[in-house]
Amino acid sequence: MKDKLHQLKVKYQGKKMAPAFNALHTFLFTPNETTHSGSHVRAADDLKRTMNTVILALVPCLLFGMFNTGYQHYSAINGFPESFSVLEHFLTWENFWLGFITVIPLVVVSYGVGLAIEFLFAVIKGHEVEEGYLVTGMLVPLIVPVDTPLWMLAVAVAFGVVIGKEVFGGTGMNILNPALTIRAFLFFAYPTWMSGDKVWVHGAVERAGTADAISGETVLGYLAQGNTGELYQKYDLAEMFYGFIPGSVGETSTFLILLGGLFLIFSKIASWRIMVSAVIGSLVMGLIFNGIVDAGWIPEYSKFYTLMSFDFWQHLIVGGLAFGIVFMATDPVTGSQTNRGKWIYGFLIGFLSVMIRVFNPGYPEGVFLAILLMNVFAPTIDHYVVRGNVNRRMKRLKTATIYPSASDEVDTLKTETAQ
Amino acid sequence: MALLSKKDANLILDPLADNNPITIQVLGICSALAITAELKASVVMAISVIFVLGVGNVVISLMRNIIPSKIRIIVQLVVVATLVIIVDQVLKAFAYELSKTLSVFVGLIITNCIIMGRFEAFALGNGPWKSFLDGIGNALGYGVILIIVGFFRELLGSGTLFGIQVLGDPVAKTGLYALGYENNGFMIIPPAALIVVGIIIWVQRSRNRALIEEA
Repeated sequence: MKDKLHQLKVKYQGKKMAPAFNALHTFLFTPNETTHSGSHVRAADDLKRTMNTVILALVPCLLFGMFNTGYQHYSAINGFPESFSVLEHFLTWENFWLGFITVIPLVVVSYGVGLAIEFLFAVIKGHEVEEGYLVTGMLVPLIVPVDTPLWMLAVAVAFGVVIGKEVFGGTGMNILNPALTIRAFLFFAYPTWMSGDKVWVHGAVERAGTADAISGETVLGYLAQGNTGELYQKYDLAEMFYGFIPGSVGETSTFLILLGGLFLIFSKIASWRIMVSAVIGSLVMGLIFNGIVDAGWIPEYSKFYTLMSFDFWQHLIVGGLAFGIVFMATDPVTGSQTNRGKWIYGFLIGFLSVMIRVFNPGYPEGVFLAILLMNVFAPTIDHYVVRGNVNRRMKRLKTATIYPSASDEVDTLKTETAQ
Repeated sequence: MALLSKKDANLILDPLADNNPITIQVLGICSALAITAELKASVVMAISVIFVLGVGNVVISLMRNIIPSKIRIIVQLVVVATLVIIVDQVLKAFAYELSKTLSVFVGLIITNCIIMGRFEAFALGNGPWKSFLDGIGNALGYGVILIIVGFFRELLGSGTLFGIQVLGDPVAKTGLYALGYENNGFMIIPPAALIVVGIIIWVQRSRNRALIEEA
């Protein structure tokens, strides 16, 4: 099989469709050519391996999302169970099947449209198909409401891949995270499908206005409307943490996101600096808001009151904050590259996410806006980190005593200090 | 004999394509972003600019030998402001609703870089006939882009063209809307115009590779 593929590759070398073939060819098999000149670092973690690792970390979220889709749907119809048990009410075939048939089309459309465009551009430009879309394609279905119409998703994916990535030169050259570009496009283009209390539960939109109407508000939705009492009656903290709440397909379970995050940190795929600093950033902003409420600067009738008084650490377990921090903020292409830059970048993501959450009731979820904003600033942050480093070393050079040497090694010494 | 000599014809045709004020010189972007959510507003804006730039170029060209170069900018401003006030008053008198939509942007034609640019770059150094053609050409180039952008933004954003529902009724769910189609709210907001203009530039440059600057 492998040899046959290699033969085919040689046969079609230089033909127009060659990139499309090569893309599939090296997807699962290592290529048959080796580099001969110079020295090379040999490592197994190439781009494909990196991408596959992230996808592996996302699979639990996807599966959980399927079960949750079914659970939210049937609970909204039949009423939430009195005493909730995971095995009895959540991990059922019924739930899984409903989730499966609603979520899989999202995945198929996301990959189908995205990869088609990648192939198209690869053939037009004559370069190899890059694997950049593999992770994006998995992220997209996880960050949209379950009932997003498929054609909307297709339009958004096409927009996100072309405008968010290909115009900048494809994988590795993009300024903005493509998955978030897609999410932002959906949000601004079709706001009625991206917010409210209907879209988070499968079937709620079709049933609206009928006698069978069902709805499910997200936790942040409750908070934005000031319904704290109703919220805590419906969900307790454990449910929010484990993710048995309405929300976008794959972002509800902070527990599984945490596991995925740890997996990414230990496999050294994602930057722990960004994750940790983003968590710190959101906690700091949450603490500031809690402090404002405690100081009594904000009256209870203020529309910001409920979100501001929401316990600072609970921001992490509701909404897409955790998902954004673990899987989107850590995108190596669009994030900061320098270590110091990563701390600043992550901190500001967390800080701004919670700020947008609280201050703008129009955007109940600020995470995607915060990450996109910081994507734009990441190169600037890196620039100043590098400049700062250069300046510090220049200063060190000035105060450094360079001993004159009898030989002509002075020059080498100077350059060494300057480096 | 042709109506215009080849050189004169180029004065009109060049700005329409390969020397377009918006897509090549990237001038007059503000108004292109602000008023193109509706096709009607785009057309009126295009006509207004054609009038202002065509007449303005002729006036400046006629006065080019008597304007002291030290105060030429102020003289140009007076000319363009006069013309813009005429446009504004005409709109208010005959198309009041539309002038509300265009609001401050009619007044801001004064600051449209294309107009001052053509006064400075062309009318001050050429005769009235040539200046007239140049003004019309550049304003047409501006107008064409405005109308293209307005067409796509109104069609995709509101499902209408000139206010007529071409894709069906979104409330009664007829036509395309019966199939589940929905208007794209993103197209209504000004950043969408930036992206549409960007796509036009992209298409233009891939059709004419000579336009791509050296990296």
